[in-house]
Amino acid sequence: MKKRSISLPRTSHTFDAYTNSEIRRAAETGIYDIRGGGSKRNLPNFDDLLFLGASISRYPLEGYRESCNTMVTLGDRFSSNPLKLDIPITIAGMSFGALSAQAKEALGRGASLVGTSTTTGDGGMTKEERGHSKQLVYQLLPSRYGMNPDDLRKADAIEIVVGQGAKPGGGGMLLGQKINDRVAEMRTLPKGIDQRSPCRHPDWTGPDDMEIKILELREITGWKVPIFVKVAGSRPFYDVALAAKSGADVVVVDGMQGGTAATQEVFIENVGIPTLACVRPAVKALQELGLHRKVQLIISGGIRNGADVAKAMALGADAVSIGSAALIALGDNDPRYQKDYEKLGTTAGSFDDWHEGLDPAGITTQDKKLAKRLDPKLGGRRLANYLNVMTMEAQTIARACGKNDLRNLEPEDLCALTVESAAMAGVPLAGTNWIPGT
Amino acid sequence: MGILDINKLSLREINNTLQGSDDNSSFSIKNPKGAHALAVGINKNINVKVLGSVGYYCAGMNKFSDIKIEGSAGPGLGENMMSGNIHVTGDVSQYAGASGHGGSILVEGNASSRCGISMKGIDIIIKGNVGHMSAFMAQKGNLVIFGNAGHALGDSIYEANIYVAGEVASLGTDCIEKKMTKKHRSNLENILSNADVSDYYLDNFKRFGSARSLYNFNVDNAKIY
Repeated sequence: MKKRSISLPRTSHTFDAYTNSEIRRAAETGIYDIRGGGSKRNLPNFDDLLFLGASISRYPLEGYRESCNTMVTLGDRFSSNPLKLDIPITIAGMSFGALSAQAKEALGRGASLVGTSTTTGDGGMTKEERGHSKQLVYQLLPSRYGMNPDDLRKADAIEIVVGQGAKPGGGGMLLGQKINDRVAEMRTLPKGIDQRSPCRHPDWTGPDDMEIKILELREITGWKVPIFVKVAGSRPFYDVALAAKSGADVVVVDGMQGGTAATQEVFIENVGIPTLACVRPAVKALQELGLHRKVQLIISGGIRNGADVAKAMALGADAVSIGSAALIALGDNDPRYQKDYEKLGTTAGSFDDWHEGLDPAGITTQDKKLAKRLDPKLGGRRLANYLNVMTMEAQTIARACGKNDLRNLEPEDLCALTVESAAMAGVPLAGTNWIPGT
Repeated sequence: MGILDINKLSLREINNTLQGSDDNSSFSIKNPKGAHALAVGINKNINVKVLGSVGYYCAGMNKFSDIKIEGSAGPGLGENMMSGNIHVTGDVSQYAGASGHGGSILVEGNASSRCGISMKGIDIIIKGNVGHMSAFMAQKGNLVIFGNAGHALGDSIYEANIYVAGEVASLGTDCIEKKMTKKHRSNLENILSNADVSDYYLDNFKRFGSARSLYNFNVDNAKIY
């Protein structure tokens, strides 16, 4: 008998397996999905750029013999004690509360080993991170949880957080499961309740107010420490211009791949713009004000390796900042905990329910037993190794482009693989001299 | 008493003098002319009298000191203050006492919107009226209003107390009137006594605070956000 031909089962692009599972989950629970991390979409990113390298028109530097500077000074516009970092990779703000005390300590240890800074988060400054961070940036957030002038004066820099790449226009979220006694006390709130930090600062609204706020912070700290302003990647040209006009020493722009401790999935994936699209408008804003390199620009959101560092800097950033990648270096989503991840209904590499406090790696938790899984000394060493590798990778690329300083990398060293990334990064499509939009 | 004249000294010089002074010193600031960030970040037990009106963030992050403003104050008076006392003879603009952790603010006149926003332990006494959204997300401490309160009073309030002698235009989400217990009457008396306020009638005050129904997310509450 002749076998009949049949069509293969056809799945829908519109209603793919994840979408369908999310519809079923929403129907069952009646609540939007909350998770940690940044955008997981396949966004245009730094992988869409390539370095051209030196040739007849450019002279390369010898890989293992000629030096390539990685030091960067942040905040010398108005402050008398700017941050002097050995590498242009800083650790982004992550709160005690979202992270365990051990994780905060490990971040401080790792950053200090390689001569860079780490940053507090919502909830204030812990003794662990101050004690183990040679250079600590203290965040001023809308919630003002744990904010006090004594810690402000202990900080090496202050970062006014206006927005975060994972949730431009949104506030923080720390659910009751992670509010133990210590977290509750630091935030002056009852134990076990959901903490939804405001999306706006309580005592200013626009850039004119922010300028006076910066004046106040400088007066409290004697004009000694730099003031950073962190904005989410949404309208980088205008936001960076306004931050610089308001008197910031440093502007941090965080693209939508930047992580959060917890927020709505719909927010993470649908608000904001990719990190790649943030850099050139931010640089252009500073250039038009005559402030490029005078007000330093830090780019964050999905930075993973030395190539990303070099590309961000070639586009005009003075430094980058990492958060999610630093947590992975500490052990987040490590396959050695695969069985534990499976018990939580996920896999190593996919775990993002950071808000539930059940992190098998002991990083995004306040559970004492789980938190003990992370050895802060070992974690610090791992982070330092990773930061060193990123730095060496960036140097390798810079030397190949003939640059003896990472900050000498320039857009002319780059080309793009796609029309979209060429337009966003403002560099030519590979093999052409075409920059879309110019 | 030290005299600091804004016509003769820069803001930096004045704040530096105040921040570096010895405990129990006293200063008068002349010709403030609405200056911003005046007398901020003081960490000493000193007395400061400002002879005129001030701009934004006067006495911001104050610790220990007593500051009297003989005039009115702009936005963010005593923001994030930790301790000490601020006394304003005139009116205050938006966000007075925002996120204040401790100490007290006494305002003889009115306060604009968002008075006591995100307060975390401070006591604020307003002898006149307050604007809308006052005590928004107030976590701890006491806001005492002798006059009327604007719309959305105590929206999303946590564990702070609000005492109002006048009328309330409307209450914010999750803010309800609560019983004025013996404990709360005593609490109010102490707050007013500490601020040397005696011209009041305790029975006029009503107490407002959190219904605590939004402390943990419940999908059934989604419509009220």
